[in-house]
Amino acid sequence: MRRVLSALIGLVVLVALWEGYKAVGNPDGTVLLGVRILPRADDLSMPHVWDMLTRLGRPELTGGRPVWRVVLSAGLFTLGITTLGFAAGAVIGFLLAVAMQRFRLVERGLLPYVILSQTVPLVALAPLIAGWGGTIWPEWMTVAVIAAYLAFFPVAVGMLRGLQSPQAAGVELMRSYAAGWWRTLVKLRLPASLPYLFPALRLAGAAAVVGAVVGEISTGTRGGIGRLIIEYSREATSDPAKVYTAMLGAALLGLVVAALVSLLELPLMRHRRRVSVVTM
Amino acid sequence: MTAVALTNVSKVFNPGRPDEVVALSGIDLTIGHGQFVSLIGPSGCGKSTLLRLIADLIPATAGTVEVAGKPASRARLDQEYGIAFQQAGLFEWRTVQRNVELPLELRGASRAERRARAAEMLALVGLADFAGHYPAQLSGGMQQRVAIARALAVHPPLLLMDEPFGALDEMTRERLQAELLAICAKTGTSTVFVTHSISEAVFLSNRVVVMSPRPGRITATVDVDLPARDDAARQSPAYFDAITEVRRALRGDAAAAATS
Amino acid sequence: MRSLLRVAPPVLVGIAALIGWELLVSLGRIAPFILPAPSAIGHELVAQRGNVWDAALASGLNAFIGLAWGTAAGVLAAMAASRFRLLSEVSIPLAAVANALPIIALAPILNNMFESTSSVPRRLVAGIIVFFPVFVNTLRGLREVDPTHRELMTSYAAGGWTFTRLVRLPGALPFVFTGLRQASSLAVIAAVVAEYFGGLQTGLGSRITSAAAFTAYPRAWAFVVGACLLGLLFYLATLLLERIVMPWKTRLLS
Repeated sequence: MRRVLSALIGLVVLVALWEGYKAVGNPDGTVLLGVRILPRADDLSMPHVWDMLTRLGRPELTGGRPVWRVVLSAGLFTLGITTLGFAAGAVIGFLLAVAMQRFRLVERGLLPYVILSQTVPLVALAPLIAGWGGTIWPEWMTVAVIAAYLAFFPVAVGMLRGLQSPQAAGVELMRSYAAGWWRTLVKLRLPASLPYLFPALRLAGAAAVVGAVVGEISTGTRGGIGRLIIEYSREATSDPAKVYTAMLGAALLGLVVAALVSLLELPLMRHRRRVSVVTM
Repeated sequence: MTAVALTNVSKVFNPGRPDEVVALSGIDLTIGHGQFVSLIGPSGCGKSTLLRLIADLIPATAGTVEVAGKPASRARLDQEYGIAFQQAGLFEWRTVQRNVELPLELRGASRAERRARAAEMLALVGLADFAGHYPAQLSGGMQQRVAIARALAVHPPLLLMDEPFGALDEMTRERLQAELLAICAKTGTSTVFVTHSISEAVFLSNRVVVMSPRPGRITATVDVDLPARDDAARQSPAYFDAITEVRRALRGDAAAAATS
Repeated sequence: MRSLLRVAPPVLVGIAALIGWELLVSLGRIAPFILPAPSAIGHELVAQRGNVWDAALASGLNAFIGLAWGTAAGVLAAMAASRFRLLSEVSIPLAAVANALPIIALAPILNNMFESTSSVPRRLVAGIIVFFPVFVNTLRGLREVDPTHRELMTSYAAGGWTFTRLVRLPGALPFVFTGLRQASSLAVIAAVVAEYFGGLQTGLGSRITSAAAFTAYPRAWAFVVGACLLGLLFYLATLLLERIVMPWKTRLLS
């Protein structure tokens, strides 16, 4: 409750800053040494917050559906892709983590690449995987693959930390019960990994959203929120408030995914301590 | 003049709230120059709180605390004491030498003086060869010795120690106890030492102050007079007598302790 | 011998993957627009090295400037938030919310607010993306002060700025670098990907899309390799900086 209130206060401050800058800022921005260091404050570049909100109610094109319905359906489309990518990424990450925990050699051989995969902008591949769409599978599948690629990493690393988190005493106890690898995994390592798994899943959720949005843009997939942002930003000179409605949709999508992931952990994380997961 | 003088001191945490705790009440304690005094008692008897009152890390609720003849807060500002805790509390980003230099740095001592003093202190605790190491490279016992060197770096007339050897193994403990005694004898420092080990308190102290909880108060004071404080002393009858006496006092058998 | 044991598995995996990839493409007769062979990509990389270098320089500069200002802003904001309780109460949930948002989508808006012919928008977007991990991690570091250190500094009668300078800031450094490690990679990703949203076409991102548009897939992949090398460079530079700034940390990758 308190956190929601704080976030709302923060939102109000942001709106105030936006409108405040519009009131005092130079309409043509501030140029220093030939570089515009402060943005233009005119209505074309920075529309009023109120205009963005009312734009939601008016039709997309003359006589078309109202913008909020377009944004909502685009958001739902992207939510579907995100969910698919998130689920696939989480499963892959989970299996990788279990394999790396079980076999030291797998960890040694793969973990550097898992970490490496995050230090390099492999998302840049998105336009190249775009060619796969329409030939070996539908276009949205490519977007889901990109989302999954971004989502698997936090799960793989967080889960590995979690599986390795039990103390030696716990492992030795299981050994004294003559429990094999599988039963140690089920009775000890998996429960112990939960505090690590859920923060990792939250990171993965956010990453999947980014992957889906970027994926839609670079593959040119129609119907989603990412595509909507690009389309609307092209109309910015004639209809500046429109692109912000798509931004609102993207923000809403991020929040919904975060909320859904948080719902996952509610029943499992009672009475458990929380840890902060550092993935890199 | 006395090193430490507490008169009718009490400490109440969260006064006036439902979770109010009377940590200390009616404490009178005087420690003379060059004395080694141990505070001992079960958990929650307020011995660490008492040490923190002397150090002016927390204020007393009532009564007066004097260190080196002045109010405790003045004494803290004048750096009249050095302190060491159960955790060595070294700064992991500073080398051993720079850790020992820290209190001198804060006093604005010159670079040359800091160097010389740190070298002297590290030699005193037998770590001269480790001046350039980082804390993470030292064992727990060595870290604790650095913490003691740091506490002594400003040549304080008073040394306050809160279970400094609590986290160490028995062998390291005994060696550091002997080292501490040698250092105190050499520098003439008065010491207040909090511990929950009876043998440690008896071996180190001229006087063992026994405390009991709820509310924290002093229940007995046992004077210890060992002929010498070396390994032989750990086998002497006087040592065992004093241990028995402290143990009785801790059990609440105060009358027996007083008469013996 | 032991270092050989550590290095050998990843190297072997890498070589095996490359060979497998090459065989898959040549034996499986996979069309280049699906997946070009590594040899073809390598060939293009050599042929295009001048272009790759120029584009990498442009993207690298954008990423670096974004990283620099985002980090500076993140650390300063964290210092302010650790000082004023109210500020941290508001900013922590806000940062949590911001973490869930696809910030990269701000790129087209920033292109409108500034001008699409300048590098400022993508430097801004890279900086904003960098800001959050640095801010969150630094704030965590500034708040976690060893109680023994706190008491020790009180016993020295040291307060305010001395405490911050001697205890808080050095204590927060490992956390700053945790944030920076994530941020350095994010900065490169942001600088490259922001170009997909339009704007000035000088960096790796636009080179990749234009090569893909001309169906010159091996060339596009060559630019992707360039982007990967750039990301790796940023990451390794951060690790190196970490080692220099914090010589007391013996192990780097925990």
